[in-house]
Amino acid sequence: MEKSLDPRIARLNIQRNEEGASPIGKHEYGESFEVFVQSRRGKQHVHAGTVHASDPGMALIFAKEQFGRRQHCVNMWVVATSEIFAFQYADSDMFETVPEKLHREPGGYKVRDKIEAYRKKISQQKADKS
Amino acid sequence: MNKEAAQELMLKMADDALIYGHRLSEWTGIGPILEEDIAFSSISQDKVGHAWQLYQLLEEDFGMPGPDQLGFGRKENEYKCCRLNELYTRDYAFALIRHFLMDHAEFIRYSLLRASSYEALAQLAKKVRGEIKYHVLHADTWVKKLGAATEESHSRMQAALNEAFPYALGIFEPGPLEQELIDTGIFIGEERLQSEWLDEIRPIIEESGLQLPATTDAAMGGRSGNHSSDLADLLEEMSEVLRSDPGANW
Repeated sequence: MEKSLDPRIARLNIQRNEEGASPIGKHEYGESFEVFVQSRRGKQHVHAGTVHASDPGMALIFAKEQFGRRQHCVNMWVVATSEIFAFQYADSDMFETVPEKLHREPGGYKVRDKIEAYRKKISQQKADKS
Repeated sequence: MNKEAAQELMLKMADDALIYGHRLSEWTGIGPILEEDIAFSSISQDKVGHAWQLYQLLEEDFGMPGPDQLGFGRKENEYKCCRLNELYTRDYAFALIRHFLMDHAEFIRYSLLRASSYEALAQLAKKVRGEIKYHVLHADTWVKKLGAATEESHSRMQAALNEAFPYALGIFEPGPLEQELIDTGIFIGEERLQSEWLDEIRPIIEESGLQLPATTDAAMGGRSGNHSSDLADLLEEMSEVLRSDPGANW
């Protein structure tokens, strides 16, 4: 066996496998967990990415370094990926007409005049009182 | 404040952090899985950061040479790290057990130092304690996992614990100015630290299905600069780049 130039590797004394690397089996390195990061208390936890781990406790310690190392956060969640339920991309036509439904958004209504009139009324009432 | 005593305490703490940090960094790129590789490397960076802050305080408050000189430019017998940290890393079980034994002691030490009469050191302890809390959680998670996973993982962890434990007792080797440190309120003392440490690690060891070795033999000497040849090899490797061009600006 050739000796590695890296002293760390040479010390480990790893024998070379003549048949080459063996394929990694499913879940051999643990299952995957989705990581959610909370930037401030009270804010929602936002999905940040995935880690591989053998259990939730292990997933938390990995999540902290993968996703809590370069951004401010106060809390984290991990959820086994297998516990997440999702739509099929084939069904994404369900969302297609969303941009056309302006009538469902607050800006879709002409209420500005009414709001302005109400504000004026309130401030007038306050002025009258004092 | 007793300057010499504070200096003695901080130098051994800094040397512990640097040498231990270097040993941890040896897993960078060859850790067991990607996520663990990153976590271990990050802990290693934290440790070297703690060493840097302590060396810097030694320079600012006591006029010692700066972090580069203290970290890389001393002779082997001038380092005051405990022997546990200089040992070659046998395997991952040993790396994890050392991490577990060392970081529990570190966490309690820094927690106690928050009440130090030496204000700058108390501030530093408050600042880095949160980082060490994570290091302890990381170590506990692995020790509990592998202590009770398979027969092989259990026996490797137990073997590592048996080998590392006397060295871990050497963490608490008192220095010549130990009594001054206690009397002046800079630090509560190694004896107290050791007893809190034992109370802390014992239940976790038991929960992990491992057995705490009964020995009270401690591998002393590190605190007075009496090291094994492992440290000389480590320093040789660690300062290789610096020695190749000592005056380089970077």
